[in-house]
Amino acid sequence: MADPISLKSIAELGALLEAKAISAVELAQAVIARTQAVEGRVHAFNSRDESGALAAAAASDARRAAGQARGPLDGIPVGLKDVIAAAGQPLTASSRMLANFVSPYDATVTARLKEAGAVLWGRLNCDEFAMGSSTENSAFGPTANPWDLARVPGGSSGGSAAALAAGEACATLGSDTGGSIRQPAALCGVVGLKPTYGLVSRYGLIAFASSLDQIGPFARTVEDAATVLGAIAGHDPLDSTSFHAEVPDYRAELKRRTGPWRLGIPKEYFGEGLDPAVGAAVEQAIAYYRAQGCEIKPVSLPHTPYCLDTYYIIATAEASSNLARFDGVRYGHRSKFATDAVDLYFKSRAEGFGAEVKRRIILGTYVLSSGYYDAYYLRAQKVRTLIRQDFLNAYREVDALLTPTSPVPAFKLGEKSDPLALYLCDIYTIGVNLAGLPAVSVPCGFTPGGLPIGLQLIGQPFQEANLLAIAQAYERGHDWVLRRPALD
Amino acid sequence: MASAPQLNIDHVAHLARLALSPEEKARYAQQLGDVLHHIEQLGKVDVTGVEPTAHAFPLVNVWAEDTPRPGLTAEAALRNAPAQRDHMVVVPKVVE
Repeated sequence: MADPISLKSIAELGALLEAKAISAVELAQAVIARTQAVEGRVHAFNSRDESGALAAAAASDARRAAGQARGPLDGIPVGLKDVIAAAGQPLTASSRMLANFVSPYDATVTARLKEAGAVLWGRLNCDEFAMGSSTENSAFGPTANPWDLARVPGGSSGGSAAALAAGEACATLGSDTGGSIRQPAALCGVVGLKPTYGLVSRYGLIAFASSLDQIGPFARTVEDAATVLGAIAGHDPLDSTSFHAEVPDYRAELKRRTGPWRLGIPKEYFGEGLDPAVGAAVEQAIAYYRAQGCEIKPVSLPHTPYCLDTYYIIATAEASSNLARFDGVRYGHRSKFATDAVDLYFKSRAEGFGAEVKRRIILGTYVLSSGYYDAYYLRAQKVRTLIRQDFLNAYREVDALLTPTSPVPAFKLGEKSDPLALYLCDIYTIGVNLAGLPAVSVPCGFTPGGLPIGLQLIGQPFQEANLLAIAQAYERGHDWVLRRPALD
Repeated sequence: MASAPQLNIDHVAHLARLALSPEEKARYAQQLGDVLHHIEQLGKVDVTGVEPTAHAFPLVNVWAEDTPRPGLTAEAALRNAPAQRDHMVVVPKVVE
């Protein structure tokens, strides 16, 4: 059966728009119709603005008719994770705390997508304040995995991954603090890219852990991810951690960079807890690269066993600080039961935050508190130095590292209720955030039960062009990205 | 697993300005005790002489010109305020 139009790649849709075979309004209508057909089962969105999307699509058609189309994203419907600001649109972070918040301004990535002509479509569900690995922590209910509606889409950017897999958007943005783009991309069978820290502006992103957070694209293909990255990357004076990095034409670079490459296999990423089907699929990917002439080298990242602990100290410490601003005073939820000004803080936060957010605020407050700072936070920052050094040492011998994205495929909704068990879902993705590196998850097969599996490629700092070319070399030899979930 | 003896949940919740129910206190103390037990293994790493990393790519002295530019109007800035009057946020009385 032919794909619904909303399941085509940006590259294909761009050609159809250019040839006037379809209009941007027709494309937006198709995405809206598809969403209406499947959203009751998937629940990828927190809110949708159909009239806004149709108006933006009409403006795109007018530009194209006047010969002023702005490039490959002009007229393409793109969804935003509900932690990224878009002026005049709700911004909830999937939290009761921000249930009624409306963004007064655009995030830099939002402004850049608008400049590129993209049709902004919908606010996508996630774990509350991006804290989680399953999107079950949303105050507005979980998102289902389109490949098996009884299973989670991963998280925290689960809505971004599920909407794309279900054909409810043509690309989406998520944010990745410890794997929140790559893990849901793996579990939903799409491409997800976490850029180098500092390549994409965080201005207008609700902060979770500021030294780890990075915005990045979900897309059907590596080329589409390159297209979206090209639109959102680059220095921004509004983000003081934004780098003056060169932003090449990533799509053009994909054609230029043909390998072969030296790929490192970190032995610590193939240990206990790895699902056999995931391990087998990744081994086949390694064999494929070898057959293509790539040099495969075993490497060691010896501090890997300490990544999880280091991450949960640093991420919760930064979160406890960032979330202090939600006090019921200037914006966000305000308790109706406060007896005085100080009680207003305690009750507004108690009523506004969900269980996982409270857990992390408490842990973060504890590791920063007097008497424990040196033992936990400062020590974690030092171990972070060693973790980063492990990666930089490996890059003396290889161009990129190859690992599974997630140790397990999509698990059942409600299956993992113990916080520590859920934290272990991130063991292959968090080292990348601690070291600030770029990494991409690409589909690399299915379990015997039909669940998608993701391959993670970890690149050198600011070498996204190389990383995406390596990922595309795998994608070219396989047809995983053409498979569709049976939602119809 | 026993809760970590050093985590005084009342003290930490007070620092975090979070009102917790007795059930929440018991549950979080137990769950965070498990997490802290896991974290104890960081003590095994030799960090002698290792500098801490605050950001993956060191940044110092990021300057911006101090020039005026358009910002939000008072109406836009107060659009999300829970209570307001005369372009001000209304809060409970803080002085007697």
